[in-house]
Amino acid sequence: MMPYVATAFFAAPLPLAFINWHSFFFFLFAAVACGFAVAVVAADNVVRMAFYLVLSLGATAGLFFLAGAEFVGAMQLMIYVGGTLVLLVFGVMLTAQAPFVSIKGNGRDRVVAGVVGIVLLAVLLQAALSVTSWRQPAAGIVAEPAATPIGMALVGVRVDEPGVGAPARNVRPGYVLPFEIVSIHLLVVLVGAAYLARAKRRKTPRAIEVAASVEPPASVAEHAAIGRDRSRGASVLSGGR
Amino acid sequence: MLLGLSFAVPLFGLLTEPVSVAHYLVVGAILFVSGIVCMAIKRNALGVLMGIELVLNGANVNFVAFASPYLQGTGSRSLGLDGQVIAVFVILLAAAEAAVALAITLNFYNNHATVDVDRADDLKG
Amino acid sequence: MADFLINTLGLPAWLAWSITAMVAAVLILNVIAGGALAFIWAERKIAGRIQDRLGPTRTGGKFGWLQSLADGIKLLAKEDLMPDGADGMLFRIAPYVSFCASFCAFIAFPFAFDFIGQRLNVGVFFVIAVLGLEVFGVILAGYASASKWSLFGAMREAAQVVSYEVPLGMCVVVPVMLAGSMDLVTIAEKQGGWFTSWFLFHDPFTFVVFWIYVTCAIASVNRAPFDLAEAESELVAGFHTEYSGLRWSYFFMAEYGSMFLVSALAAILFMGGWNGPVPVASILGLSEGTSDTANYFVRLLGMVNLLGKATLGVLAMMWIRWTLPRLRIDQVMATCLKYCTPLAAAMFLGAMLWQIALPGGLVPGLRRPAAEIREGWLPGPGGAARSVGEDAGAVVKVGA
Repeated sequence: MMPYVATAFFAAPLPLAFINWHSFFFFLFAAVACGFAVAVVAADNVVRMAFYLVLSLGATAGLFFLAGAEFVGAMQLMIYVGGTLVLLVFGVMLTAQAPFVSIKGNGRDRVVAGVVGIVLLAVLLQAALSVTSWRQPAAGIVAEPAATPIGMALVGVRVDEPGVGAPARNVRPGYVLPFEIVSIHLLVVLVGAAYLARAKRRKTPRAIEVAASVEPPASVAEHAAIGRDRSRGASVLSGGR
Repeated sequence: MLLGLSFAVPLFGLLTEPVSVAHYLVVGAILFVSGIVCMAIKRNALGVLMGIELVLNGANVNFVAFASPYLQGTGSRSLGLDGQVIAVFVILLAAAEAAVALAITLNFYNNHATVDVDRADDLKG
Repeated sequence: MADFLINTLGLPAWLAWSITAMVAAVLILNVIAGGALAFIWAERKIAGRIQDRLGPTRTGGKFGWLQSLADGIKLLAKEDLMPDGADGMLFRIAPYVSFCASFCAFIAFPFAFDFIGQRLNVGVFFVIAVLGLEVFGVILAGYASASKWSLFGAMREAAQVVSYEVPLGMCVVVPVMLAGSMDLVTIAEKQGGWFTSWFLFHDPFTFVVFWIYVTCAIASVNRAPFDLAEAESELVAGFHTEYSGLRWSYFFMAEYGSMFLVSALAAILFMGGWNGPVPVASILGLSEGTSDTANYFVRLLGMVNLLGKATLGVLAMMWIRWTLPRLRIDQVMATCLKYCTPLAAAMFLGAMLWQIALPGGLVPGLRRPAAEIREGWLPGPGGAARSVGEDAGAVVKVGA
């Protein structure tokens, strides 16, 4: 379908661009991505925010596929949506106890952030719309599939632009060094995250500390008093806040 | 408001042109700004993390748009493979940074029984 | 098909492509739904026989083959419940998220040489990626049900699916390495001919990888012995405790769809896909390019072949389910991290070394060695692509 998609730019002079399937799907994915991104900002419930983010990033993967970057699109789906976001949702589930599901920000922060956002959006849109060569797409192009060239480039051989002349040599260097650096980086992150998230030995159980820190209603004052006495010497939370 | 209106006309013009790099850049800009506002507004640490993910995705959309052979005319050259490889590295690094940020958040939750970032003021003078 | 619609019937291009896409989507939906119908019946019959009883024998005659239809009608007629404290939107949307993930993986999945939704260059990667998205439906269902059984089941299942994606990915990389491409059509085409050219029999490492793949695939789709998420004896019903009627049936269609997909993926990656144990097409004298109807017939045979292999895989999964006892969650995690992952990594290394050391295979002439027929990526003199050379360990030459 991709070759068809590319030649569809020539298909017919249509009054409205979205009747072209490429444009239709682009606008569909773009609307979903942008709409749910704004919904992430607007939502209060953190679980719903996570869900909207999943939909937004999934639509972004669709945009990648439409732009011809199939490998990046599949990678976005597998690693970003299927890995990072699952991790995020796990974190949300582990901390989504009732008082923390909806924490509202204060009004002044929102106004300042809104103004900064609008100004930044204006600047970016100005930059995006100003270059004329960015508004004229190519037509009739059949792109080479990119999975193998990406793999070869990561190992150091650039097959998309081989050298010319004799003896031929690679004009553009490969990506071996960043590849190795990222591999070590991921190893460091693995070790670091495992260390940070290890189960620690606690002197007092956390439940008692939490009970000591939260203001109890009058009916359970006796139980809370017991908890507070037990943890007074050991907990940071029982001191002043 | 006037700034916003001055973009309405070219933006709606984009609706009738065939899809090009500018379309992707607009999407990238909206994602990026949503991420920035999300980072600034949210009090939940995980909300801030979601803002970071949105920012990185906005940047990725831009890179992929510049790397695409379909979207740019014959006059200018697309980034080609470089843009896609950069996008790949961004995804990798975003995953790594999300893992560490989540570990920090869970540590914070274990110590303070809250994920409210406004409560992270133990070092406040 | 779109070309037929455009050329013969003179439809405008956008309409022709819409109709083609819709026909493809409906066909895939029928594969999943019809397959689920058949597999539910098969499961109950197989479960019955393994447990030394008969299974359904009343609805629709002696073999109870209308049982699934009766089940479906019963599910449609059930009351649509939602718990009081449940998050309404997330509760409603969770089954569809799960089903969408299972359905979308069929987009890039070939049923025969030209019977694909969309032939992606990164086919295998896309299918594995989308299969991993099913876990979102499960987590949302577990959370939104506002019930601790659901939440526990959902968290366990999410941890299990995400952990098993790692050895699954490594197992899948081995046939990709043997074929030289992530394109599912290419992987299946490289196994043409007799069954000796199947990747399963390529080298002993790939043979072991196939069994590790089977284990990881069963864990990925949450079938016994890895089915803690739906453990009927422990968690009531896990993450779909609060779901009844049609919503529950969406989860189950997603599960059977994933089971079918994973078996069909195993068939393509390791067992030749639509190329049978016996090359029926070349025996009958039909080859590509003779005529359109001959082509179509060959592909139809291939599709039936692939569906047969996938069905055998699903039946094997059911057989395993009703034979083996359930694993505990710590055993599940230990199997993944302590056994499957290191073994898959070691086998991957072994398969790679086998390719370098014995590119022609153990018995020369028995099959086409993968190294000879790998696609070339480097432009030769004059810009034409050529193969990477006979010997897999050759130094890569660039340009002239």
